[in-house]
Amino acid sequence: MTEPRAALNLIGKPFRRVDGRAKVTGQTRFADDLTFPRMCFMRLHRSTVPHARIVEIHLEKAEKMPGVLGFLTGEDLPVSFGILPMSRDEHGLAVGKVRYVGDPVVAVAALTEEQAEAAARAVEIEYEPLATISSVEEALANPEPRIHEHGSGGNLHRKKSMIFGDLEQGFEEADVIFEDTLFYGGNTHLAMEQHASVAVPEDDERVTLYSSTQIPHYVHRALARVLELPASRVRVVACPNGGGFGGKSDIMNHEIVTAKMALVLGRPVKISLTREEVFYCHRGRHPMLMHLRTGFGKDGSLKAQHLKTALDGGAYSSYGVASTLYAGALQTATYELPRYRFDTLRAFTNKPPCGPKRGHGTPQPRFGYEVHLDKAAHALGIDPADLRLRNLAPAGLITANWLQLSSVGLGRCIEAVVEGSGWRRRYGKLPHGRGLGLACGAYICGVGLPLYRGEMPHSGVQLKLDRSGGVAVFCGQAEIGQGSDSVLAAIVAEVLGIELADIRLVVADTDLTPVEFGSYASRVTVMMGNAAYDGAQRARELIATAVAERFEVDSERLVFAESRVFDAEDPEKGLSFAAAVAIAETRFGTLGTTGSYRPPTPPGRFQGSGVGPSPTYSYSAAVIEVEVDPATGLFDVEHVWIAHDIGRCINPALVVGQVEGSVYMGLGEVMMEEQAFRRLPPRLSGALVHKTPSLLEYKSPTFRDVPPVTTYLIEEPDPAGPFGAKEVGQGPLLPIPPAAANAVFDAVGVRVDQVPIHPHMILRALEDKARGKEGRFGPAAFPDVDFPRNLIVPTPAEGGDGTALNDPRSQKQAGRQAAKEKPSAASAPV
Amino acid sequence: MTHAMTTLTLRVNGEDHTVAFPAHHTLLEVLRERCGLTGTKHGCELGECGTCTVLVDGRAVLSCLMLAVETEDRSIETVEGLMDGNRLHPLQAAFADLGAAQCGYCTPGVLMTSKALLEADGDPSEAEIREALSGNLCRCTGYHKIVQAVLWAAARLRGEDSAPSAEVFYGSPPPGQEASSSSSSEAHDDD
Repeated sequence: MTEPRAALNLIGKPFRRVDGRAKVTGQTRFADDLTFPRMCFMRLHRSTVPHARIVEIHLEKAEKMPGVLGFLTGEDLPVSFGILPMSRDEHGLAVGKVRYVGDPVVAVAALTEEQAEAAARAVEIEYEPLATISSVEEALANPEPRIHEHGSGGNLHRKKSMIFGDLEQGFEEADVIFEDTLFYGGNTHLAMEQHASVAVPEDDERVTLYSSTQIPHYVHRALARVLELPASRVRVVACPNGGGFGGKSDIMNHEIVTAKMALVLGRPVKISLTREEVFYCHRGRHPMLMHLRTGFGKDGSLKAQHLKTALDGGAYSSYGVASTLYAGALQTATYELPRYRFDTLRAFTNKPPCGPKRGHGTPQPRFGYEVHLDKAAHALGIDPADLRLRNLAPAGLITANWLQLSSVGLGRCIEAVVEGSGWRRRYGKLPHGRGLGLACGAYICGVGLPLYRGEMPHSGVQLKLDRSGGVAVFCGQAEIGQGSDSVLAAIVAEVLGIELADIRLVVADTDLTPVEFGSYASRVTVMMGNAAYDGAQRARELIATAVAERFEVDSERLVFAESRVFDAEDPEKGLSFAAAVAIAETRFGTLGTTGSYRPPTPPGRFQGSGVGPSPTYSYSAAVIEVEVDPATGLFDVEHVWIAHDIGRCINPALVVGQVEGSVYMGLGEVMMEEQAFRRLPPRLSGALVHKTPSLLEYKSPTFRDVPPVTTYLIEEPDPAGPFGAKEVGQGPLLPIPPAAANAVFDAVGVRVDQVPIHPHMILRALEDKARGKEGRFGPAAFPDVDFPRNLIVPTPAEGGDGTALNDPRSQKQAGRQAAKEKPSAASAPV
Repeated sequence: MTHAMTTLTLRVNGEDHTVAFPAHHTLLEVLRERCGLTGTKHGCELGECGTCTVLVDGRAVLSCLMLAVETEDRSIETVEGLMDGNRLHPLQAAFADLGAAQCGYCTPGVLMTSKALLEADGDPSEAEIREALSGNLCRCTGYHKIVQAVLWAAARLRGEDSAPSAEVFYGSPPPGQEASSSSSSEAHDDD
């Protein structure tokens, strides 16, 4: 998209993030830090039962509580919402029934937070309990009672099967076929900031919502829909997020309800969730059962793979339709896989809804694939690093499932961690109890298609320049801590040759900033960055044109650097940036430019091809060293070597920080983190409840639990990214869980085919091995599920054109077309 | 439900705040809601995450577990008091320059815990820093940049002119591959 320049002033060098000073002085204003005159407080009464019809809501006691200002129930918010237009199955407050412990039922506003809390507790609800579904297996076995009336029948939300190429032929060409069943447990984002929202009624029928959200644009759309207001009368401002990780990238009940309450009461309303409530909001990692069957040549070459995944979706759709497809879409991006079949299903269960957590749907199958490859390498007698290097996807490949790859730095990533860890000398040769494991991953850098249909830009940026020399940059993007603001400012500063201090940002405000889809799918650097580049480039052209006229030089010869605009061939001949802008302002009038970005049209055109395409993909490889105590099963990670293909660093210090943060989060997932549930005994209602809805009980790594990390940044500028940059926020998490599992095998010779790996699992596997068995702990089998109606898509190598042979959509369209054409054909003169 | 109100003068960052609040309110609540000092954050309000850490008489305490009434006649320090005039404290500068604050939400608590540590021990080892901060959760950084920032700030407070190694800013050079274009650390020092 943008060719890298010969000399970069700012990009590629570490700089203090533009919001750094505010963050270390306490000046950053998070949503819960906001107050407004006459502001009141809201609390939600949440369901205490996992699945029930609401018989009656009793507000009598609560209404008499001091300070109470008003209530809302499901009746007040009849319009449904959902992040994906095809599955809007949520309401601000439960309508008719509740689906998990924590489902919001009644909202109460009062003068103080304590009064609101007391009134919410005084709300009484009569329920008629329904049988509960706690797992995929239970959902398959119990089509009734249905948690939702939509989906793929019974309690299945989605079921999909896609076959890319002649799979049988692929398996026939294989010399050996390996099969594995693995499980990845659910876990949650645990952002340190609990969600908070403040809604302010501005004047008649107009409302502003300040919220800790990664997606102000989608919240804006949902609010307009649910409040039944023109979108122009709703304003959403995303405050800086105190951590997101995907947990604030969905439209949350409390955001909708707070806005409604403010409109009803005619005064500002704030809600700040408790930590327990954040566990109920969830939208975290789907528990996922996986089965892989892969055919290899004797030399380790991949021939064909059949992946089956089953996702435990929780009580609502959320991003589930996309999650279900991400559970298989990126398997082909790392290694060249000529033929591929992917069967997937998502079940509804009576638990908090799952959604996108860092890596969205892909860390689970990546864990499955990388452990599966490790086992295959072992069985084939091939070094696991060599097995991967042998099958590397080449740059520019269109994969079997029609992903258009751009640059691929995976080979260099593998070489870096192999070299850095001493893999060739040490793998398989360390004393019993010590081991090394290797794994890789790939991730999207933005998505090829928007969440709703349309041809409009995905990213918009606007620039305002004037004679002060200052540049104001407006963009709808939300800063969630990853450095979005710094990327935005750096790209504009680089193009215009000015300092970061001369740039003022206005972000994440749907009234003031152009539409940007938000901080998810690792889309910020590539998509917003390209829009920023585009806008800045247009401003540069305006200034260059005016200055060139004034100096009577060719505008091509002008350089923008060091806050000056000057003639490349006579650097003395030039002027300050502020003076250059003044000339342009004189020449053109008030200055402003816009930049926008839409990703290229993906080559796949079959139903479901919208999930997976990206302007480019980032790559990571990791080697992990572990120490396992065979007597107790306790294991420690001693060192992590990780290499990440970043394309080009905008700010290397922040890139290293994202890599380290991803490694940490991946280690948390493989070693301890668990969003777990249990059934209470029958005398306590038999309800399905969260085991650990607190920061103390939900174990996450502390300062003392993280091992040393050696980070290698592989820079190979990608033509799709601004200055060649790719994503880094999510990809480096992917290789961590499988590398740890593979290291446990190298250390003690047993396999734990599930995440998290607890000591008792290693012990059980060791006992299993001592009994002369496989030496494995993990799920026994994938449920027997029928996947009819396979979508059959010929691969590029087979001469396919990106469409399915049997796409139900195109068949429907063809049918409609034929129906339309018939009468006209009949009436046409022959 | 009405609560008896207490009126108290709290000494926060060397300034007196006379505030009225329900007697059962925590120091966290009073700082944020009565003194208007929202720099101190909360992550659980149950003493589990360290986010709300402030200093009381120089000791790091969880402000969500301490009643405000307990702090009468004691010296309270919050993140708002770290700066010297308009100049960042070396801890703040190091956190900002290294990216030790990502989302910045746990940062005030981590900064205050670090300040208490450095006042007790001006030359802590990495292990001692990890021990001192083990009650502060951070979900963004993986903790590495925070440890490096505290080491850097400690060195600067001792008057040493040292900067973190290039690896901290650029990662390690990939072995056996061409070194990246730049390798010197160029942190800002524009406090």
